[in-house]
Formats: sequence, C-alpha cells, structure tokens
Amino acid sequence: MNFSSEIAEPVEVAAHPVLRLSGITKTFPGVRALSGVELALYPGQVTALVGENGAGKSTLVKILTGIYQPDEGRIEVDGTEIRFPTATAASNAGVTAIHQETVLFDDLSVAENIYLGHAPRGRFGLIDWAGMNAGAQDILTRIGARLDPRTPLRDLGIASKHLVAIARALSIEARVVVMDEPTAALSQAEIEELYELVDRLKSDGKAILFISHKFDEIFRIADRYTVFRDGEMVDDGLIADVSENQLVEKMVGRAVDTIFPERHRAVGDEILTVAGYAHPTEFADINFKLRRGEILGFYGLVGAGRSEFMQALFGVTRPSKGAVRIDGKIAVIRSPAQAVARGIVYVPEDRGKQGAITAMPIFQNVTLPSLGRTSRSGFLNLAEEFALARTYSERLDLRAAALDQPVGELSGGNQQKVVIAKWLATRPKVIILDEPTKGIDVGSKAAVHAFMAELAAEGLSVIMVSSEIPEILGMSDRVIVMREGRIAAEFDREGLTPEKLVRAAAGYKESAA
Amino acid sequence: MSLTDIPTPRHIPDRLSGQGARILRSWELLLFVIAVLIFLANTQASPYFLDPWNLSDATFNFTEKAMVAFAMALLIIAGEIDLSVAGIIALASTAMGWALQFGVGTPGLIFIGLGVGLLCGAFNGVLVTRLGLPSIVVTIGTMSLFRGLSYIVLGDQAFNGYPTDFAWLGRGYVVWVISFELLLFVVLALIYGAVLHFTNFGRHVFTIGNNATAARFSGIRVERVKMILFLLTGLMSGIAAVCLTARLGSTRPSIASAWELEIVTMVVLGGVSILGGSGSILGVVIAALVMGMVTFGLGLLNVPGIVMSIFIGGLLIGVIALPRLFRLLRRGRV
Repeated sequence: MNFSSEIAEPVEVAAHPVLRLSGITKTFPGVRALSGVELALYPGQVTALVGENGAGKSTLVKILTGIYQPDEGRIEVDGTEIRFPTATAASNAGVTAIHQETVLFDDLSVAENIYLGHAPRGRFGLIDWAGMNAGAQDILTRIGARLDPRTPLRDLGIASKHLVAIARALSIEARVVVMDEPTAALSQAEIEELYELVDRLKSDGKAILFISHKFDEIFRIADRYTVFRDGEMVDDGLIADVSENQLVEKMVGRAVDTIFPERHRAVGDEILTVAGYAHPTEFADINFKLRRGEILGFYGLVGAGRSEFMQALFGVTRPSKGAVRIDGKIAVIRSPAQAVARGIVYVPEDRGKQGAITAMPIFQNVTLPSLGRTSRSGFLNLAEEFALARTYSERLDLRAAALDQPVGELSGGNQQKVVIAKWLATRPKVIILDEPTKGIDVGSKAAVHAFMAELAAEGLSVIMVSSEIPEILGMSDRVIVMREGRIAAEFDREGLTPEKLVRAAAGYKESAA
Repeated sequence: MSLTDIPTPRHIPDRLSGQGARILRSWELLLFVIAVLIFLANTQASPYFLDPWNLSDATFNFTEKAMVAFAMALLIIAGEIDLSVAGIIALASTAMGWALQFGVGTPGLIFIGLGVGLLCGAFNGVLVTRLGLPSIVVTIGTMSLFRGLSYIVLGDQAFNGYPTDFAWLGRGYVVWVISFELLLFVVLALIYGAVLHFTNFGRHVFTIGNNATAARFSGIRVERVKMILFLLTGLMSGIAAVCLTARLGSTRPSIASAWELEIVTMVVLGGVSILGGSGSILGVVIAALVMGMVTFGLGLLNVPGIVMSIFIGGLLIGVIALPRLFRLLRRGRV
C-alpha cells in the first residue's frame, strides 16, 4: 500500500469505510483465487477494481455477495465483523451487485424484478401490487429512467435492464453497490447516462465498487483504485495520483506495449472467395476475397449483420443465395461440421453459450473437433488427446491447474484461449474471430493480438470481426465495413483513419477521397 | 510473486492429484455399498435367497428393463428422454402376436419385434430432430399412441401359442443357471459401456448433453447423434419386447405397463443426471441389480407389489438426497 506520501492531502475521504475486507483468502481445487486480499469502500466514493482476467475480481464479487465463502479473513460492515453465508445475508447487510450480464427475470415485469424477494405485502400476506408499482415508479423516476413498471422485462434493451438492476439496488436500500463491467454491453449514449447515475448514487452516499477494463471510464468516474494481480492486492490509492500507464503496469506487473504487433504483409494466394452471399433478413450481396496470411477486419455498428454473416459462412444458418470458393473450388457449407471439414472455423462472440463446453475438461474441449485424428477407428485415445491439448494450450500460454480441469473454472480470457486452441488443433485454413478481445483484460488482449499476427505470418487467413477501432486499425491488412447487412466500404490499411471507418459504418458519404 | 511472471510456456499437468478421493466420493461406490447391504439383508430375510436358481430367477426382474435403460441412459445424458418405451414394447409384442396368426416362425418374429422397435424409435426421432419438438412432449404422445394401437388390435384378447424355440429367448439357459436374458444383459452392458465411455460417439453424447449449441458450433452433427439415440432406444425396446413376450408366452395390450417410469428410475438411480451431461453405464448396471434384488427380496417375503414401489420410490429419493444432505451438513458445520 502506498498512501503514506499523501497524508496531508485535503481529500474528503470519510473517516470510516462502510465495508472493509481484510486478509481474504479463497482457494479452489488447485488454484488460489485470492490470497490475503484487502479492500475498503468509503461512502460517497467510487473505488475502481482493476486487474487482468483471472486476477480474482469475480471471486471477490462473489464473496461480497454471499455466493462464495472465504476460507480466511474478515468482512466488516461499519467496523463490526459480519458473515455472508447466503446471498440474502449480503443483501440484508446492504450489499448489492449489478452484473455485466444482468441477473434479472425476463418474464416478470419491471416492478416485480425491482421488488423480487422483498415485495410490499398487503392483507393476508398477498403482494400489494398497487404499492409495488407505485414504489417502482418512484425509484425509476428518481434515477431518471422513463420506464413503465408494468412492462415485461423481455421488452427492454440491455441499457434499460441495467437501469432496472440499479433501481433494484436502490429498492433494498443498498449501501454498497458493486458494478461488474456495467458498460460492457452499452452504447456510448447509454454509458453517459450510466455515469450520471453513478454520480447520483455517489451523492446519495453509496459506496461503489466499479469493475472495468476500460481506463477512460475508470478515470472519468472513480475516486480511488485497487489493483489485483494473481489473486493478491498489489496496490491501492487515489485515482488523482496515478496515470493510466502506471495503472496498467501495476495490473500486469510489467510495462505493456500499447502498440500493436509489428507485421510485414506477406500476403499469398487467394484462399477464400465469397460471391453474392445473401440471407432473407440479415444480410445481402456480400462479395469479398481473402488471401493466405491476410488479416481481414470487419467493422460496423452493432446489428450491422457481421456476426450473422459469419455464422452463415460457418454453416450455422443457411444463406438464401451465394457461393463460396475455397482454393478456387466451390464449397458447399450447410453445417458447422462441413465448414470445419473444409478448413473454416469460427470463434464466437458468446463464449459461454457457443464457444466452450464449460462443464467439461479443458482437454476434451480442445480435442472435440479433432477426435477423428486422435482416435483409432472410433475409439478414444486419451494419451493422444492429452498430447494434442497440451501442445495447443501451452502454445497459447493457457493458465490452468490441469488439463482435466473444467473450462468453467477458468477466467474469461483463458476460456477464450481454450476455444481458440480447439480450432487451431484442427489446422484450419481460415479462422473467423468474432470480437476476440471483448471483455478480456489488457494483458490477454495484447497476447491475443500477438498470436493473431503470428498465425497470419504462418499463412493462416484471419477474419476479425471487431467493434473496437484501435484493434481494427492496428491489426487488419484490409477492412470491410458493413452497414445494414451490406458491405458499405472496403479499405486498405494504408491511409485508413478512424473517421473514414465511422463515416462508412454510419452511412455518411465521404466528401473527398 | 511478480518475479515468476515471466511469460514462458508453463507446463500444465494432465490431471490433478486425488483420483483416489474422486472414486471414493463417486455415486457408483455409494450405490454399490447399497447393493451389498440389500444383498446381505436378503440373505438374512430368507434362507432360500442364496440358492443359485433363486438368484438366477431374480435376474429376470431387471434384465429386460435394464436393456432399455442402457439406451435410455445415453438418451438422457444427451439431454433428451423417451417415455414411449413401454408403449413400443406393447406395440412390438402385438405385432409379433399378429404375425404369429399367419404362421410366422421364430426368426420372422424376432425380425418383426426389432423392426417395429426401430420404426417407433425413428418416428420419435424424426419428430424431435426434424421438427424440433421437445422429446418429453413427443414421447408422452407416442406413449399413448403406441399402446393405443395395441389395444385397438387386441381389445381384451390375448395372443398365445408362441413356438417353443421362441420361448427359449425368454426362459432358456445357456449354461447352468446363466439364462439367455442374463447373458444378453451382460453383453449389452459391455457394448453400451464401451460406446458411451470409450468412443468418439460417446464423447459427442456427453458434449451435446452439456451444451448442444456449443456442440453444434464445434462441428458435431447434433441432430444425427440424437436420431441415432432414438433409433437405439427403439431397437432396445424391440429386443425387450422379444424377451418379455417369449418369457410370458402371450401378448396382452397391458404388457410392460408403467415400465417407462421404472426404466427412467433405474437410469436416474444409476447416477445419470436427469438434466443431461453426466452419468455412467456402470451406475445403471448397479442400479438394475439394486432394483432387481429389492423386488425379489420383498417378493420372497410376500410383500405386496405396492409396497415394493413405495420402497423403490423411497430408495430413489434417499439416494439422490443423501449426498446433497451430507454436503449441506458439512457446509453448515464450517
């Protein structure tokens, strides 16, 4: 801890933290997730919790919300020691969490979600619907959310769902609000609204723990920071005292190149040609060529049809028209199995649902599409499977206790590595990466980028769908911009600027070339 | 700590240590202990239980159901279910009895029994995999449909007069007390165990049960695997129909009544997760032994049938609840 230098600073730090954790340790079989962690949250202040994937942030959140029990350590609320044996206990002590993917119920109304578990009761212990709707309306108005409490949650967008989650936090009179990457799925305008809301919660005297991978927002709204690395707290202090670079160094434990890997383009023969691909509703008239060793970026706004097109190319959905040629030969792709057989693989954006089989061990995930190679006449060969899984896991620098550990026990970045390893083991010709670095930390991001460059240099062709402009500009040899299901523009890397990309994606005509 | 952070390729071990502890905590071991206890209880309850011919007789209580349970285990692990199995047995048996009226011989009867089973399985499979209907709804429907057809054909009549060589399939002995059915049970257990645990197909079954979407996105032909499983379940029901009809020597439309629940009970008691994704054939085999011995032991004691179902039901709930109860108690103590 290094706050010894600024004793006399006139910062309005409330003398007593609302919540203090000390010496928190939590181990899972083979992994020490947290060891001797300290954390203090002060009323009216936002504390940013930063750290790479796997640093222990999610474990800490689960301890704070009563889902996990720490092996050692103290949790104090207002100076008295307390335990959270259940999620209800944590909520009763005034700790609430808003997760990246909100844990709400689609089939219930806004008001029911807000008051779930503590609905106002009327006569005979029945729910007082009028009172509940009025109360919900009241809270929603307080946070400036124009929502009808009777709307089913299913009809709301992600941003509105976040507002409901926040309203829920207020309805239980929370004193500590944990926000776990709340902006990950929001648009820029919605993020601004969220910032205003955080400011409002601050002025209400709530203590806020804000978990984020985005440094701009940490510096925009946080007052304090705490850095986790490999399950330990390595530093904390006031945001005003650090720079972005210092924070990154503390997180990673070394200086990180923010520059993308240096690549020299050694683009070879044409490997993939897509002609006139169309789908009844999602996309139309998609034409492009991909060369050996090329990284082709696909940029566009959310909903521009990029993922839908990629899934059709991978055989998940069927196009209504169009043809694909691989190495000049027409290839019919009607199922993912056929796509894999022809050398096209797809790393989906939704890792948990489409990418990894989280309950199964790492090695079984990696060898899944390669079983034909590791087995003999249909019978499994475990030694071969472990060998194949080891080769690709170690190449991707996977952090795991053992190859028979379930993938679900790994951090998000490492789960992504397992999915990528699974496909590399099939020795593909074309790999499609859909938002490959979404929601993973700076260190893992740099590793994925370096690896992508390495693969391209070895002659693999990469299609990278990304909504992050720096990533698109830093990695791609060529960029295709999609808008409303069609290709809006195609650019070469040379002379490409963020402005050109944004214009093409939003549909403004360029005035001059 | 930070000194070790140099990003060199780290060696990841194949397995975590503590394999022994995992076996000790396994469902199969718990079930095996229960099986031994019931066996001992049976020897105490009746002096006739240990007689080899009595023990051999006891196996008829589970062999036919267990054959279907093996295929059902794979289907449930893959996240589907088939509740029409007893209906398939009734329809297959009725078809054999009907063919018998035209003088069809034993090979023909077997062919018809297995063929009807496969056709019924195909019908279920097409409805589930092609039309995307939930299997529990489809097979509740076909459960009544198949048995209903059998009632239409037979009414309150019965088909009798199966040939002697046909009856051997249900009553015959291969060597000493080893019946044909028992031998078939052992062979099928070995085949299903090998398929589920040692083949690529078995791995695909587990994968689909854990996450069908990710399985599809990994290039597994999910629909094809499920179709094969429905066909297998139909085929096994056909085999069970042959054995059961041969053993009883007659076909009534109420044949194998309520077997679907006993078969699902056997699978779940064997440690197969009803939500899919996990389970073992060894567990199903032990569960079959447990259920068979309980039925037979209570039979020796002249306990009425309804008490047997109460006992089996209680056993199922007990065996499922006990491990969870222990876990809760252990957590409460901390």
